[in-house]
Amino acid sequence: MSSIIKLENIVKKFYVGQPNELEILHGISLEVEEGEFVSIVGPSGSGKSTLMNTIGVLDRPTSGTYILDGIDVGEAEESELSNIRNQKIGFVFQTYNLISKTNALKNIELPMLYAGMERTERVKRAKELLELVEMGDRAKHLPEELSGGQKQRVAIARAMANDPAIILADEPTGALDSKTGRLVMDLFHKLNREKNKTIILITHSNELAGETDRIISIRDGKIINVKNNLDDKEKNITRNRELMNANDESNIENENNEEGGEK
Amino acid sequence: MLLIENIILAINSLLSNKMRALLTMLGIIIGIGSVIAIITVGDSLTLSVSENMQSMGANDVYVMLNSRKVSEEESRKIDGAKFGTISNDSMDLHESDYITEEMIKEMIDKFPNDIYAINAQYWAGRGTANLGNKSANITLYGNSVGYFVTNKLEMLGGKMFSESDYTEMRNVTIVSDKVVKNLFDEDVNKALGKDIEVNIDGKIQTYTIIGVYKNQGMAMMGMNMSGDSSATDLYVPLKSAMNFTHETNGYTNFQIITTVGTDADILAKKVEAFFEPYYRANRNYEIEAITMGSMVTMLTDMLSTITLAISIVAGIALVVGGIGVMNIMLVSITERTREIGTRKALGATNASIRTQFIVEAMIICLIGGAIGVILGVGGGILASNLLGYPAKPSVSGIIVSLIFSMSIGVFFGYYPANKAAKMNPIDALRYE
Repeated sequence: MSSIIKLENIVKKFYVGQPNELEILHGISLEVEEGEFVSIVGPSGSGKSTLMNTIGVLDRPTSGTYILDGIDVGEAEESELSNIRNQKIGFVFQTYNLISKTNALKNIELPMLYAGMERTERVKRAKELLELVEMGDRAKHLPEELSGGQKQRVAIARAMANDPAIILADEPTGALDSKTGRLVMDLFHKLNREKNKTIILITHSNELAGETDRIISIRDGKIINVKNNLDDKEKNITRNRELMNANDESNIENENNEEGGEK
Repeated sequence: MLLIENIILAINSLLSNKMRALLTMLGIIIGIGSVIAIITVGDSLTLSVSENMQSMGANDVYVMLNSRKVSEEESRKIDGAKFGTISNDSMDLHESDYITEEMIKEMIDKFPNDIYAINAQYWAGRGTANLGNKSANITLYGNSVGYFVTNKLEMLGGKMFSESDYTEMRNVTIVSDKVVKNLFDEDVNKALGKDIEVNIDGKIQTYTIIGVYKNQGMAMMGMNMSGDSSATDLYVPLKSAMNFTHETNGYTNFQIITTVGTDADILAKKVEAFFEPYYRANRNYEIEAITMGSMVTMLTDMLSTITLAISIVAGIALVVGGIGVMNIMLVSITERTREIGTRKALGATNASIRTQFIVEAMIICLIGGAIGVILGVGGGILASNLLGYPAKPSVSGIIVSLIFSMSIGVFFGYYPANKAAKMNPIDALRYE
């Protein structure tokens, strides 16, 4: 297996050269293998988001090298960065970030549109992706007509549009209830297993991180711990599923009780 | 490829905020609408004026006695009569100043192939037409045989002069409806056959009314600037008028009807050159020969200058409208900061973001422009009809307006679009 992401001694500073210069990342080195499902955990303010922005090529490191799928990102120009984001990275956001007033199908088409793909091919692939996330019957629905879980599934389909090297998921279940959050996590597992997608999950939840191959903990802009989780992964997934089901049943019971109480 | 998607995107974005889109477009609608309306009215007016004048004899040459522009003062004095006949200022006309029969005959002999006929008009003077104690202001003209063939009168009753009226110097007259109104209580039939007394500078002559014409007033435009608008023309046979005032046997102006194929403008120059020796020694007067063609050009030039001037004012309204579009686009990109961030994360280049918003501004302006064109053409046709001219919407004006409104979209859309394009994707994604 080869490294799809290779970060070497990444330093990120803000307000460079100004009195309020601030160093957020203090030399992070990290490699992610192709097909790996990695989680990055850490409290807020730990530099998690900055690291994600760097990996997602939304921002350039102040120093250090970043090789993504064989491309040295540090050397790339602005328009090349757009191209890298378009071709190599699929973003999944906590807030879904679907384009409003634009239906699910068109949202999924968007990265392909920017890639210059022909219309018929675009529509065909967008439909396939909707089927993959089990949203085939919602193609013409606008984001405001979809539930949170449905929106996130459309967003994941959109992230898959140009068959990217990595999927970068920033707190993808953060705004979802446990049941739909479970569906989204299962979808990531499916993409990881069946499509051999490299997935980087950024989360503050240790439970969700436990479902991934490797857990990278960062604090104060440094990696403080890397835990190989391959052995515990399946066990955790099963446990989380059971926990969710149990919660679900007790929720149903609670609801029944409440209804009974009202009567 | 992206263009069509951008257009669909822009239309969706407009549809999702119809009221705002309409208000944004309003400036463009008003700007383009007024430009088109003005151009439509202006063109209609120009067309109808030039057609009017063409029908009056585009190929005729008008030869008239004009005072020399010796000094500023004098030229001002004569200005009002430049295209009419010499009026009040002709007081100091001397017998020697008039165009004589001999000169005209000589001229005909000199250009036999160009001249088909001569119509002369003699200005006898201003005065009153009286019946009992009623009176009307008139300007008395004596006209030659062919005069009314090319200078048609709209007759309300009676008949034109007969051949013998001219040859026998009969004291018959054709009066305006205005004279009938003043003297015969608007009853045309009552007026026909009646005798009226015409008083010019104390000289009195009795004329029998044989016809009544409709006074065209300002429809003749420059041709009727006699100053005192209440005076209408009273026509009598040429010799009869000359006989009445006894002042002269000469003419102040005449009209050359050219043969088919003659260039009137060239003949006009030749005629001026022909008369030049006769008037070389005359300090006060010279001969001017003009054609309807040159007058039409002058008038239409004047009209298009006015149209242009008003259009510039309307153009300012357009620019204000464009600034309105820019303002709304700035609001729009601020509102859609997250969308812009998302698009950038999905791989949109700065150029494609810029294109998206420029296209949106362009579509706003284009739709506004199209609505403006419809309203402008409608308004222009309505205004033309109210003014009594046939409407003629200008196709080139419409096309130019649409292109111009699109350019306004590009111009005023560029700054907001560029601002959107240069957004930092991280900041844009985090924007609440």
